[in-house]
Amino acid sequence: MKSDLINTDPLIALKQFTDARIAIGRVGDSIPIKESLEFKLAHAHARDAVYSVLDFELLNKRLAEFNLPILSLHSKAFSRHNYLKRPDYGRQLNDKSINELKDYNNESDITIIIADGLSATAINENASELLSALIPMLISANFTIGPLCLVEQGRVAIGDEVGYYLKAKYSIVLIGERPGLSAADSLGAYLTYCPKPGLTDESRNCVSNIRLQGLNYKLAAEKIFYLVTESFKLKLSGIVIKDNNGLINQ
Amino acid sequence: MYQYTVRHKVYKFQDLKTLLAKASPYRSGDVLAGICAETYEERVAAQIALANLPLKNFLNEDIIPYDDDEITRLIIDNHDKTSFSLISSFTVGELRDWLLMNTTDNHSITAIETALTPEMVAAVSKLMRNQDLIAVAQKIEVVTKFRNTIGLKGHFSTRLQPNHPTDDNKGIMASIIDGLLYGSGDAVIGINPATDSPTIAYNLLQLIDNLRLQFDIPIQSCILSHITTTLQLINNGAPVDLCFQSIGGTEKTNSSFGINLNILNEAYDATLSLKRGNVGNNVMYFETGQGSALSANAHHLVDQQTCETRAYAIARKYKPLLVNSVVGFIGPEYLYDGKQIIRAALEDHFCGKMLGLPMGVDICYTNHAEADQDDMDNLLTLLGVAGCNFIMGIPGSDDIMLNYQSTSFHDALYLRKVLGLRPAPEFENWLIKQGITDKLGNLIPINSSNKLLSGLLG
Repeated sequence: MKSDLINTDPLIALKQFTDARIAIGRVGDSIPIKESLEFKLAHAHARDAVYSVLDFELLNKRLAEFNLPILSLHSKAFSRHNYLKRPDYGRQLNDKSINELKDYNNESDITIIIADGLSATAINENASELLSALIPMLISANFTIGPLCLVEQGRVAIGDEVGYYLKAKYSIVLIGERPGLSAADSLGAYLTYCPKPGLTDESRNCVSNIRLQGLNYKLAAEKIFYLVTESFKLKLSGIVIKDNNGLINQ
Repeated sequence: MYQYTVRHKVYKFQDLKTLLAKASPYRSGDVLAGICAETYEERVAAQIALANLPLKNFLNEDIIPYDDDEITRLIIDNHDKTSFSLISSFTVGELRDWLLMNTTDNHSITAIETALTPEMVAAVSKLMRNQDLIAVAQKIEVVTKFRNTIGLKGHFSTRLQPNHPTDDNKGIMASIIDGLLYGSGDAVIGINPATDSPTIAYNLLQLIDNLRLQFDIPIQSCILSHITTTLQLINNGAPVDLCFQSIGGTEKTNSSFGINLNILNEAYDATLSLKRGNVGNNVMYFETGQGSALSANAHHLVDQQTCETRAYAIARKYKPLLVNSVVGFIGPEYLYDGKQIIRAALEDHFCGKMLGLPMGVDICYTNHAEADQDDMDNLLTLLGVAGCNFIMGIPGSDDIMLNYQSTSFHDALYLRKVLGLRPAPEFENWLIKQGITDKLGNLIPINSSNKLLSGLLG
């Protein structure tokens, strides 16, 4: 009965070659219930991740180990719906946050921004672990690090404003990437030398897919550290920074 | 200056592009651009003013200046004044009514194809309900050929899209075999490569070409690299069937893609010169999508649907095999939810067909859009009724390289079944010969001695 109902078997051998949803069989011409629900579950995870929020209690507790001041900031986007419709708002700080940064008088080499992006889940699950690997490397190389800035409803370019107001030479933005069906908790790191409002993507470097089952924390931290040191050497960031030590694009 | 008065309130629209933007059905991208109607009443006032506008006016007012934009020049310089005489007395509203008349058929619409500018077509679409967009598009037959025949009435094709995050040969081939065994791939086997490496693209082209020759499959392949990479591949002797490029509706948008009409001319000539098609020589594959101009900050305050339709002026110059609106890929800041994606897809399909293009649609969404498979099922069914030439076929709807959801091999089978549609005739014969489907188009259960399957596994 079952093999009549779902014609899969000979194709299953193809599955070893790809993670694509091949060899899922059919009922009539339609997708069998098992696969149909697995797909729905993956989409549910992705949707939930888009609407997830930063867990401040957890993040404050875990980030405390670095003995750095922690600032809580907010973009101009006042809600998730507003954030999704107005990418320009997500790239700018609201007035209260700007005032808070203007009052802050401590220049540093590097400022680290932790923003929810399209998956706060990615931040809640990966940010502190990544920083545990990265911050000691930066400190031992004698970089000074400014406050850790948690940003709600933030996009990548919000790091330009934060870095600018904090007079930082370099910004590292850790942000939740757009969830896919295969991963809803992927963290991206966007690195910008001399951050200031108005920069675009070509002036940044990016390390992507940082998560437990993706690019692991240690390797991600090494990549970021390499890009940071190259940027300070060349006094710029972006596509001009080349993969000289074989670490990038692995 | 255009205007319309509703209950003593005078709505003024300072120029044609403002009128078009205000008349456009609501979508997030036009709000983001700050050009959307501010009230429901203003939108309808704009639509009424637009309906009253003679088509002639479109020839006297460029929405992007002629001197500033090569797409405007292309549109104006290629306008067919002779056939325009057939409709020169129409207003936009009268054009809409004429299109819906029972006496207006495929022949009468194609007769005015070159009389229409993209802006006229965009304008008329703004006055039409979804039903109208479907009813008129369904009248139009656009047939193109390379190694098979796509777009015939009663037929419906798929682009097999076997993407893989690392362009792994076996991973891609596994998805191709899976798709072929579901009867997918008659529009093209088209891979979005993970990188723009010419070496990898060459290798993938070779891979598909070997498969095609080994099993004598009447299909074409395409690696969706940048057009300059494809040109380089052609010069290096790669087996390039189709030349791909993303295009937009303004010169500035295309600059942001690293292309212009000269590059397209060069690539078109180079691909034609290979003469690899045996049924016909439509060799171009274009992709478009509402919002690309705004995203490149190259929209000149023209609404996103009109920008999109202007891209079709470029496409039709090169007699493409396939034009694909990748409608839901761009994200919710341009098309927020299922309703907006569905409307935009029907507009793109209608406008493309009106301009004589072999329109397909990537029925798709990203995970941050307010949409799901149910919305895609609705759109799939509507486009099937509208006579869409092709859709994507992706294993289980899930593109593991581009990270978005489109239509599955199963979705295409569903549509063929509920609407009685069949694959491209040459491909259908091949499916029967291979024992993949029977003569009625039903899939035959696959066993492990299947030649395609044992070829990869053995």
